[in-house]
Amino acid sequence: MFGKLTIEALPFYSPIAAGGAAVTVGGALLVAVVLTYLKAWKYLWTDWLTSVDHKRIGVMYIVLALIMLLRGFVDALMMRAQQAMALNSGGYLPPEHFDQIFSSHGTIMIFFMAMPFMTGLINVIVPLQIGTRDVAFPWLNAVSLWLSAAGAALVMVSLVIGKFSTAGWTGYPPYSGIEYNPGVGVDYWIWAILISGVGSTMSGINFIVTILKRRAPGMTLMRMTPFVWTALVASVLMAFAFPAITVACGLLALDRLAGMHFFTNAHGGNMMNYVNLFWIWGHPEVYILILPAFGIFSEVVSTFSRKRLFGYESLVYATAAIGILSFTVWLHHFFTMGSSAGVNAFFGVMTMIIAVPTGVKVFNWLLTMYRGRIEFHPSMMWSIGFIVTFVIGGMTGVLLAIPPADFLMHNTTFLVAHFHNMIIPGVLFGYLAGYMYWFPKAFGFAFNRGWGLGAFWCWIIGFYLAFMPLYLLGLKGMPRRMETYNDPTWQPYLLVAASGALVVLCGIGCMVMQLYASLRDRNKTRDLTGDPFDGRTLEWSTSSPPPPYNFAVIPTVGDREAFLEMKEKGVAYQRPARYEAIRIPSNTPIGVIVGAFAFVLGFAMVWHIWWLVLASGAVVFAAVIVRSSNDDQEFTMSAAEVKAIEDERFRLMGSRS
Amino acid sequence: MLDPKGPIALAERDLLFDAFYVMMLVIVPIIILTLWFAWKYRASNTKAKYTPKWANSVTIDAITWLIPTVIVIAVAVLLWRSTHRLDPYRPLESKEPPFDVQVVAQDWKWLFIYPEQGIAVVNQLAFPAGRPVSLRITSDTVMNSFYVPQLAGQIYAMAGMQTRLQMLADQPGKFVGRNSQYSGGGYSDQHFEVLAMTPADFEAWVARAKQSGAALDASAYTALSAKSRANPITYYSTVEPKLFDSIIDKFRHSGHAHDAPARR
Repeated sequence: MFGKLTIEALPFYSPIAAGGAAVTVGGALLVAVVLTYLKAWKYLWTDWLTSVDHKRIGVMYIVLALIMLLRGFVDALMMRAQQAMALNSGGYLPPEHFDQIFSSHGTIMIFFMAMPFMTGLINVIVPLQIGTRDVAFPWLNAVSLWLSAAGAALVMVSLVIGKFSTAGWTGYPPYSGIEYNPGVGVDYWIWAILISGVGSTMSGINFIVTILKRRAPGMTLMRMTPFVWTALVASVLMAFAFPAITVACGLLALDRLAGMHFFTNAHGGNMMNYVNLFWIWGHPEVYILILPAFGIFSEVVSTFSRKRLFGYESLVYATAAIGILSFTVWLHHFFTMGSSAGVNAFFGVMTMIIAVPTGVKVFNWLLTMYRGRIEFHPSMMWSIGFIVTFVIGGMTGVLLAIPPADFLMHNTTFLVAHFHNMIIPGVLFGYLAGYMYWFPKAFGFAFNRGWGLGAFWCWIIGFYLAFMPLYLLGLKGMPRRMETYNDPTWQPYLLVAASGALVVLCGIGCMVMQLYASLRDRNKTRDLTGDPFDGRTLEWSTSSPPPPYNFAVIPTVGDREAFLEMKEKGVAYQRPARYEAIRIPSNTPIGVIVGAFAFVLGFAMVWHIWWLVLASGAVVFAAVIVRSSNDDQEFTMSAAEVKAIEDERFRLMGSRS
Repeated sequence: MLDPKGPIALAERDLLFDAFYVMMLVIVPIIILTLWFAWKYRASNTKAKYTPKWANSVTIDAITWLIPTVIVIAVAVLLWRSTHRLDPYRPLESKEPPFDVQVVAQDWKWLFIYPEQGIAVVNQLAFPAGRPVSLRITSDTVMNSFYVPQLAGQIYAMAGMQTRLQMLADQPGKFVGRNSQYSGGGYSDQHFEVLAMTPADFEAWVARAKQSGAALDASAYTALSAKSRANPITYYSTVEPKLFDSIIDKFRHSGHAHDAPARR
């Protein structure tokens, strides 16, 4: 009846695991109680969970990302504490708990923090920047969101029921095979990634079609904003790269469930096939994450330097070049496999070539600041912090791209420091810059500046404290993922690294306070113009938050900085003689139903509850059929309603000026 | 790693430093320029020049592409040469004949088989200093990575396959070796002692191992390959012939075994 699931799966074997479970369950209960107290369930359901509006879906993606950032950061804090203590001792964690923590930290931060954060920002902003009313496939967008949430929920549930994988976020076989890992941990990992991976593939397709087919009249490809360009290239990479990890995880699941041998040693299977497939996704994934961040930096640097972006064409070509080259470097993740010098040298050189377009981008941001009028908005601070810190990570990346040097530093904390140096200042700072830049656009009031600056300083100082010691430890030969160690010279470095994690904790505290302070002051800081930063691109031309239809009249674009050009020509804020009725996609619960039953399906696969697999699979299938058979998927907002909304907007704008 | 004790580790470290210095030529100016521009062109400094529409310059574009290209070409040449020179499969040039050792990764320990001497040792790798050591490496469990930071870089140990690594210690000394690829519960304790010895000391070490009297036959091997943590150093005075090859073959005997790994 319940497959492998028994009462033993509850985490009463260790107080720390039980504590983690209690916090998870308690947190969920707390949210439920607060929602009930505020009588907000109906509002949440009708206005948010069932919404197919790209702005709301984007916000929900970002909420998911921020929650998972907290969870992933708690993992990081626990690892830093363990390694700070564990000289010649077991530290404070029960055996093999550390291994689950480093596995869940990586899985969460990549798949359920960075991916949703990026997808959320693209969702909120790209349709506004290209002057359209929604993405090409609004319902598919909701399905993608709920599949991501289902994957994240599986990872969270593994804290309470059963254990998570100990195979690291990369899940290399044969360690992740059934012979060495008979428990449910690896299955949780596989199904979380399979389910969310399908969502990411569909998001990629959705954004490609949206950007290529839904641009406002006059917006040629070379008039798209840098963020739209990077979103386009990242989406192409998503659509091409995610199938590789879906296949790799699917085959691994067959190895585990059906006794096949794709990646285990018997019957001619080979683990390195998995490693190749994984990184054929994994390296483009790095660029999927970082290209949109580059786009955000381009927007932010230009806006807050009050200057046109330098070298737009160069940036576009550099972005496209990075997109193509990202598929030609995957082997640098395993130079130590024993491939020939020719193969290693080829992939090493390809890796270095990526440094060229990346370097060009850095110069272009610098030249955009040159002879500008720089305002130190928190988003600009993230950008400056990014450039200074990111080039250090780029330098260590070039070092690791040299195979003989990689032989020394592979699998050490030097490698850990390197990729965190790319992902934190590169990816996360970019998303946080975007989050603080577009927050007023999404919600219609200012985002607290002081706490934002506090968050920046804590994050960047904490980053240096946490990761510079890891570079040095790697040079001293410390392998990654050690639960305990016997070299007393390592401990001082690990203590400094732990202090860095605490400083980052202060940064996260500032982010929480920033949200609180901004909500508290929202009535004093309303953004009535929709254009708080003297913006250059189309998202600033509509109100904050934008109406459901984004633009009452689809704008006509005459320049790369479309809105700035309108303001300069004095044609911004012009009202049409009459408004037209607008067709808008209707809300539907089917997206959230598909996600919920995909979660049940994954859970049932993990625990081998076969009847439930069939039942939940049937529900998902039926839900999709029902939706596809429904021809009445939109409603009409009448011209009068549109006019009423627009009248109110211009009345408020007028009342301010 | 910062304190290499053999020519391979030294060459790899020097390569790292060379590339580091070249990269410093770019990143230091970028960091300085970023901070300088941010300060000089701050909004409150209205005396600084302001050109809001200046966004294009073919000359500057060319330079921004040229600078990284030149640096990458320089490092790529370094990379290409060094990768071939320091290929871990390439025998070291030396007047001395190479000293062969077979290495087996197990859960969670390392077994070293000395075919010439007919002995085997757990968690201790000894060899004469000054003589190139030629390792053949495999795994009898999940993927491991064989790593002696002061003597050579690392290479994976994979079941059913053999990888190779060369190393050399200039002087007698004692070093630490580890597995650097996470392999399960006993991973943190999976380190071994590396001893580079004078020829006389090495002979004495072999003689001591031979006196241990323990034989590594099939049944002893099965017992040894069971999971165990923080194994003490253990000597075997005799070893079943072809044990190393049989460990590789047992993963490949069933079904459609693939061909021998390309690079033996």
